[in-house]
Order: sequence, then C-alpha cells, then structure tokens
Amino acid sequence: MQAQSVTQTKARADTINAGAEVLTFEVSAETFALEALLVREVLDNCPETFVPGAPPFVDSVINFRGRIIPLADLRLAFGLPPTENTLDSRIIVIEFALNGDATLIGLRADKVFEVTTIPDASTEAAPRLGTRWRPDFIRCLAKRKGEVIVLPNLARIFAVCGQAAAGQAEHLHPVA
Amino acid sequence: MSIDEGMEIFRVEAQELLEQIEQGLLDLAGNPGDKEMVATIFRALHTLKGSGAMFGFDDLAGFTHHCETAFDRVRKGEVPATRELVAAVLNAMDHMRALAEKRPVAAGEGDRLLAALERVVGEAGTNTALHPVPTPTEAAAQGLATWHIRFTLGADVLVNGTRPLPMLDELRALGECPRGACRISAVTTAIPPLDALTPTECYLGWDVELTTDQPRAAIEEVFMFVIDDMTLDITAAHPAEAEPGVPEVTKADHPVAPAPAAGAEAAAATDARAWRPDSQVRVPAARIDELMDRVGELVIAQSRLKQIAIASTDMNLRSVAEDIEHLASELRDSMMSVRMVPVVQLFGRFRRLILDLARDTGKEIELITEGEATELDKTVIERLADPLIHLIRNAADHGLEMPEERRAAGKPAKGRILLSARQAGAEVVISVKDDGRGVNRARVRTKAEESGLIMPATVLSDQDLLQLIFQPGFSTAATVTSLSGRGVGMDVVKRGIEGLRGSLELSSPPGEGSQVSLRIPLTLAIVDGLLVRVGKARYVIPVSAVEECLELTPEQDLRSTGRSLLTIRDHLVPFIRLRDLFKTGTQPDRYQKIIVISTGTDRVGLVVDQILGDYQTVIKPLSPFHSGVGSFSGATILGDGNVALILDVGALTTSAAQHDQTPLRAAS
Repeated sequence: MQAQSVTQTKARADTINAGAEVLTFEVSAETFALEALLVREVLDNCPETFVPGAPPFVDSVINFRGRIIPLADLRLAFGLPPTENTLDSRIIVIEFALNGDATLIGLRADKVFEVTTIPDASTEAAPRLGTRWRPDFIRCLAKRKGEVIVLPNLARIFAVCGQAAAGQAEHLHPVA
Repeated sequence: MSIDEGMEIFRVEAQELLEQIEQGLLDLAGNPGDKEMVATIFRALHTLKGSGAMFGFDDLAGFTHHCETAFDRVRKGEVPATRELVAAVLNAMDHMRALAEKRPVAAGEGDRLLAALERVVGEAGTNTALHPVPTPTEAAAQGLATWHIRFTLGADVLVNGTRPLPMLDELRALGECPRGACRISAVTTAIPPLDALTPTECYLGWDVELTTDQPRAAIEEVFMFVIDDMTLDITAAHPAEAEPGVPEVTKADHPVAPAPAAGAEAAAATDARAWRPDSQVRVPAARIDELMDRVGELVIAQSRLKQIAIASTDMNLRSVAEDIEHLASELRDSMMSVRMVPVVQLFGRFRRLILDLARDTGKEIELITEGEATELDKTVIERLADPLIHLIRNAADHGLEMPEERRAAGKPAKGRILLSARQAGAEVVISVKDDGRGVNRARVRTKAEESGLIMPATVLSDQDLLQLIFQPGFSTAATVTSLSGRGVGMDVVKRGIEGLRGSLELSSPPGEGSQVSLRIPLTLAIVDGLLVRVGKARYVIPVSAVEECLELTPEQDLRSTGRSLLTIRDHLVPFIRLRDLFKTGTQPDRYQKIIVISTGTDRVGLVVDQILGDYQTVIKPLSPFHSGVGSFSGATILGDGNVALILDVGALTTSAAQHDQTPLRAAS
C-alpha cells in the first residue's frame, strides 16, 4: 500500500549493505527487517513486568537469562494498532549500542519469518510523502516479492521514544 | 590490620610499582626525553623504597635507594636518560623484584648491579659518584672517629610508621667495634605541657655521641628514610680518641640483636609461608561482576528447584535440593567476600587531602581514622570517595576554626577530623566528625531564607533546620572559598549516598563540632527486601528503609481520600497509594497494608495490597531507558523467573516531602 507512494529516489548512504543478512519479522501486519548481526536470540513469549512511569515505547522488562532487559514495542514508534499476543508472538533480543554501551533490548514481534538477504537494487530511501510514519525512523525500504520491508532506524527510534521518561516525574507525587 | 596483611598489601603494591617502573623504563627507552615519564619512575622508586622500609624489606629499600638517587639525577637533568642507563636500571629492577619476593639472591649481586649503574651514570653525565655502598673492606680501612649527632624527627613521623627506636639501635650497632662507644641522651625540651600533648606526635630529639670505625655515610644511612622530614646535624668531634666510658643506655637494658640477624629471622618466618607472587590474583572487576551474576542466577535456579522438591515426594530429590541450597548460599557468601575490601584503601587517600586543606585554609588539621579494617564492597568504596571528600572539605572549611579562634574557645589549636567506620548488621556506618564550631543555626536560617528555601519566620525544629543544609543550592560559607562554598556540597553528598541505598544523618551540638554519619549497605549487589504486591505486580522494598508495617483499615482509607496523611504516634506521616502511583487500575484489597519507610528524617507510608514476605535478592541494574523513571533503583529476578522492580526509597520520600512542602509554603 505504501509502495505506490514511494518516491523513486535511489537510496543514499543509509541503506543497508548489499547482500547483508537480515531477519524479517511482522509487527501489526507490517514486515520489518533487522540486520541479523544485531540479533542475539529469538525468545518465545515470556513473563513481562510492567514498569510504571516508563516511556510507553519501552514500558516493560523481561528476564533474559538472568539479565533484566527492556522490552521495546515498534508499534508505538510507528503508530501501528496493538495486537494480542498469539502463539506466534516472539521477542527478538538484539544487542544495540545505546550511548556507546552495548545494551540488550527485546523487540516485540507478532511473527518472526526468516533470515534472508536483501539485494541492494531493491532498497529505497525512506519516502518523504504518503506515509504517516516519521521519515527519520526509517533507514530504508526494500521490496521483496511484491511486499515492502521496513528497515527501522533503531538509533533514532530509541533516542526519541526512549527519552519520554523525563516528563513522567509528576506521576511520582502522592495522590492527594 | 595485622602485620601479615600489611606485608601482603606491600607485596601486591611492590608488584604494581615494579610493573609501573618497568613499563616506564621501556617507554623511556623509546623516548629518552620524556620528563613526565622520568618523574613517574622516580616517584614509583621512591614509593617502593618508603613502603619497603616500612614493612621491613630493608635490603630492598636500601638497594632501591641507590637506584632512586641515580634517577633523581636524571630527573634534575644532570644526567641524560641514555639507553645504557635504562638498561642498567632494568637489570637492577629484576634484582628488586627478587628482593621484594624474598627470593634468594646471589651474594654481591646487588653491589655488582649498583656498580654497573654507577658506571653508566658516570659515563652519561658529570661524574659525581653515587652514594657508595659501604662494604666491609672500605669500612675496615677507616680509623675510629667520634661524631656528635643531634637529630629531631618531624612531629608526625610516628603516625607515618617511623619508629625512632630501631634507629637508635642502629646507631648503637655502629658503635659496636673495638674501642667504639655510643652515648645517647634524649632532648626533651620540645615536650609541651600535658594538656597540650598529642600522644601520637613525636616531641623528642636525641643527642648521640658515637665513636665508630664506620664512615660518615654509614651514619647518614641510618636516617635514610626520614631525611626529608627531620633535622640532622652530624659533626666530627676529636677524631680517633674516644673516651672508653660505659654507654648510658646499657646493653643489658636493650639487648640489641644485630639488625641483619633480626631481618633474617623475619625473612625465614615469611619464607615458611611460601609466598609466591601468584598467590594473589588481580582480576578485572567486570569478571567478578559476571561471576556474581552467574551466582545470582544459580541462587534463583536453586530456589525453583526447591519449590519443585517441596512439591515432590521423592526423598532423593529433596536431599539433593537441600545440598544444592547449602552450596549455593555458601558460594554466594564466598563471592561476596571476594568483593569486600577494607576501608583503609579509602581512608588512606584522605591523608594527602588533609595536608592540602591545612595548607589552603591556614588551619591546623589532624586526621584521625578508626576502624580501617571494616570491609565494604569494592564498588561501594569507589562511590564513597567523592561524598567523603565533600564531607571532609566541609569539616575543614566550615567546621574547624582558625587556630587563634580555637585557642580563644579553649580548644587545642589543632583541629581534629575523625573519620571512623564500623559495621552494624548489614550496614557500615562511616562518620566524619570534627571538633569545630558546629553548624551555625542562625546563618543556616538566614541563608535558607535568602535562597527562598523557607519563608522568613517559619517555625522549624532544630533537626528540620539542619536538614536544610542538604537542600540543593544551599551553602553557608560566608565567603566563597576554593574548597567549598560553591553551593554544590551537601545535596550532592546526600544524593550520592542515597544512590548507594544508604542514608545520612547530621548532628551538631553548637560549639562542639558536627558529625555526619553515613549508613551504607555492605554491598550493592544484594538487597534484603520486603516483597509486596500492588495490583497484580510484585515489588521489592529494601528492608533497611522499612520502619514498620501497619494495616490501612477501610475506614481510614475512606477518611483519608482528601489528604493522604496518617497519624502514627502523634506524628503526621504522608502516604502514597502505590496502586494510584503505578496506575494499576485494580481494585484495592480489602485489607491494605501501609509500609512506613524512612530515609533519615523523611518518613512516608506506602500503601500496598499485600505483604508477601522477606526476600533476599540480587540487584540488577535497569537499562538506560528505565534508569530515569525515578521510582525504581533496580530490579531483581524472583524465584519463579519473573522480574520484580525494587523501589527507590529515597526518590519516593523526596517526592512525598516536596509534595508535602508545597502547601506549607503557600500557606505561610
């Protein structure tokens, strides 16, 4: 659906390396892809703990083999409708440099598809028009079998959506 | 700290210093003009000499002294750091390493190395000889001579570990030769009246008349380690003719074992313990943390196993589960002890600070430390350094008076700062106490009013008034000094301590000085927690902060909707409904509980649905996304593998207190 409005400008430097392996997964009926090198593990559903006052984008934590890692939801970044957890739901654990520190972060996914390669020719820069998504949240789009695959700009998303905590301080006050 | 521990510390230190020297020399070989590096090596040599002498490694100290002397000339630019010189020192260093490890060394090896070093230095620069090592042949060539030696040591030599008695013994040993004599008398003129006497200071001087066949250099050698901090006067008296009178201090009083023999005994004793450098391992802290994580996981897995075993009827499974429980808890205890270090590591850093402070303020300051053997988690120690520096600065700058003022107040001119540590249960109490003027209440009030922290004429209890010091942006120094008074003092300290899950208390009887006590948990890695349920989620509250648990009856609950205040023994305590704070959207339990927590003086009640019980747990940090949330200081993994958040008691009380103050200010 977004495919028609994608401008045909060729991707610039922020495309993915040609032939790099990516993991594709589904979030609210959209297909996303991440460089496979980032991915540490794909988990089945596990108990989540809600963190009151945290940014909605990362409102929970999970126990990943003795480490407590944040659980991020790309739906919030892209304004996608919420979905129920199903048997197919997975958590993709990635290792990402956050402020220079390698941090483990879980990403919610409704389905995880496969590890594949994306030919360079099929990628395009983020569209400027015709999408409700913030263009800076998208590194590039790729077409594959008539489908659009979104490569999210995680650094940007984490920086913007993960910082909402500052405004939460007022919730700390006792309820009078 | 026992002597043995001291020896161990020295050996580890010596290893480090030697490594530092070695690296430095290697760097220097590549870049001979590097002044900074020369200075670094010189300092390391100097430290090695000093600590070596303090812990009885006399041969090491003596040998190092000569290398230091050589390097001093390089440092002063008299001699260039040639490759040959670097090589000679490197060779000498291997000898030092052998001496530090008390390995047997070939006789004469040291002298050969020093001779080589001297030759290289002589070739490299002007040929002023190094202090020659007095060899027996050289000494024998000398005739008898009588020397007048008068010396006084610095006031704080005793504190620094110098003992005058062995020096006197050494001098007397020099007089032990045919027709030799040694007469020692104490100079007592500097001893003050009893009320002004500080028992740890050295007021004595000595007059020594020594007839010996040893050269002057041998006498100077006795004072080698204190020469920077003493007055020494050696004059030659009538040469050769010595009066054969009986020495005043007879040998019967002090049977003087010849120094080398005593040294050998000590060496033999230590050798018996077969110390090798690899019996101590220095490990990166990150690895220990990782190990601690694994142990934490093991403990969690073990508690799951226990659940299964309890539910089962299999006796074998139960007994294995019990064994594993024992092992896991022992393993955790040993892990904890690995992380513990004595606070002496921390306190030792402040001696220098006190010296600097005394110089900058023009005050006389004495630092007394107590309980240095108290152990704390290494990470806690690191994070305590800054708050303690602040507190000591404050004590020196604001607390202590100028000497004249102190005398006028009938106190000794020298101000005291007492730094003490002791363990109290699962906490360590560290206090900084000074005997200065105490907190000036009037000035605190004025300052607080000026900076808008309180309204003029607000009625405050004494304790509340003192608490104002911990408010952000508060500083009482009338003049802004370079030391403190930048207005970032006590609130930073308070936050730092609360970051360690500790608390702090200030007491200050006027005129008697002030005392700040820090209560710090033994470790950051483990917390004793109270597990509670709020809505469907479980949270951990550190037990150290819990004062009491009460029931919130439905009637009280209804009555207090307008104002969340509770009366506990005539004190109003604000309370927070965690259900509302965390927006659980659940109905309250019929019998809610109030857990009253406190940090120092702030108290606040937390309303929870259920108290689940005690829970000792490993603390895990929160990710950068959640570290800013504020209500939580960390998280932990429960026995069933779920995550529970640990409440940040400091943040909750502060926010409650602020909330509480707003209407107060508006009303007045």
